[in-house]
Amino acid sequence: MAEVVSVMTEPPAGGRARAARTTLGQVVLPGEELLLPEQEDEGGPGSAGERPLRLNAEARSRVRVVCGPGLRRCGDRLLVTKCGRLRHKEPGSGGGVYWVDSQQKRYVPVKGDHVIGIVTAKSGDIFKVDVGGSEPASLSYLAFEGATKRNRPNVQVGDLIYGQFVVANKDMEPEMVCIDSCGRANGMGVIGQDGLLFKVTLGLIRKLLAPDCEIIQEVGKLYPLEIVFGMNGRVWVKAKTIQQTLILANILEACEHMTADQRKQIFSRLAES
Amino acid sequence: MQRGLDSETKKQLEEEEKKIISDEHWYLDLPELKEKESFIIEEQSFSLCEDLLYGRMSFRGFNPEVEKLMLLMNAKNKAEEAEDETVELDVSDEEMARRYETLVGTIGKKYARKRDRANYEEDENGDIKQIKTKKMFLKPQD
Repeated sequence: MAEVVSVMTEPPAGGRARAARTTLGQVVLPGEELLLPEQEDEGGPGSAGERPLRLNAEARSRVRVVCGPGLRRCGDRLLVTKCGRLRHKEPGSGGGVYWVDSQQKRYVPVKGDHVIGIVTAKSGDIFKVDVGGSEPASLSYLAFEGATKRNRPNVQVGDLIYGQFVVANKDMEPEMVCIDSCGRANGMGVIGQDGLLFKVTLGLIRKLLAPDCEIIQEVGKLYPLEIVFGMNGRVWVKAKTIQQTLILANILEACEHMTADQRKQIFSRLAES
Repeated sequence: MQRGLDSETKKQLEEEEKKIISDEHWYLDLPELKEKESFIIEEQSFSLCEDLLYGRMSFRGFNPEVEKLMLLMNAKNKAEEAEDETVELDVSDEEMARRYETLVGTIGKKYARKRDRANYEEDENGDIKQIKTKKMFLKPQD
């Protein structure tokens, strides 16, 4: 996050599309169009003369490309809707995934995301859970492991819930559950007593949940603790004493804007005390 | 008084209906809409793009259940990527063969008659092995 960004010297051409392959890792702005690799031959000015002979008859059949968050489909091209860096991943089957690595604080519910919610109301058979979106999500009391009509889960107003969305689109109220498709909890459900819940930016959550995150590894060596990350920007931490919990919360909030050196200094100071 | 229509009037009505409603009636006069097959799929979830770890974490034994879950869920993610992993056996092949060898002796002894039990003897390790071959019917050569 504290890197120097290479600024584009030429003005962004209105309507002129760039190839997605060459823009990887660069900053893209909303409104830009990106060409997929298959279309570069047709659209480029250099191939005005000869067209390369396509021996295979299925030249038109393209590999499936997935456009992720921050991108939209616009005809045959990708339209950028958020500002950030363009990223690409090449999975095993099918074409790649393109997405924009952007930063924001406001969460928009997405299906399949694991989030931390706060129970705000209990009405009949469902709980209303605040997840930080535009409307509270609904959580049925049967969506817990081992819950039946007679055996209701022990959930009160004000409890913290770790669950995932099953329905999350712009037309309907989001719905979440605390079990997976097999009916097992897998760690979801009511989060235990004590601890501290605080909010961070969405980009920091993704950074901390990356497989090779050093911050989490260093934090884990300090003292026994427990952390729960919600994709809606909420983090819950718990340690043995209140002071340790507060230190942990401060570190996680501040590490977004610190360089690696500053972080190491702070950790070494903590390890001494 | 007759209720209902005559067969004649029925036929006339049917013909009139047919004239008005022909096969073309059911098709709109619009140009054919070509459904464009798009090869671009839109997904709004970050879980497809980046391999994120499981959201619950526990360190230094604070919550043993969560630590077990961490191992399970993070291993599951990696296992999905590397699909050509061989299945690990709980019992190795050699051990299986050894056990089976001794098993045959003990089960065999159970079904042997009193006279045949003398054929079985206990080995040094306590494994029951057959020493003499069972008396089977020998077919005469000629």
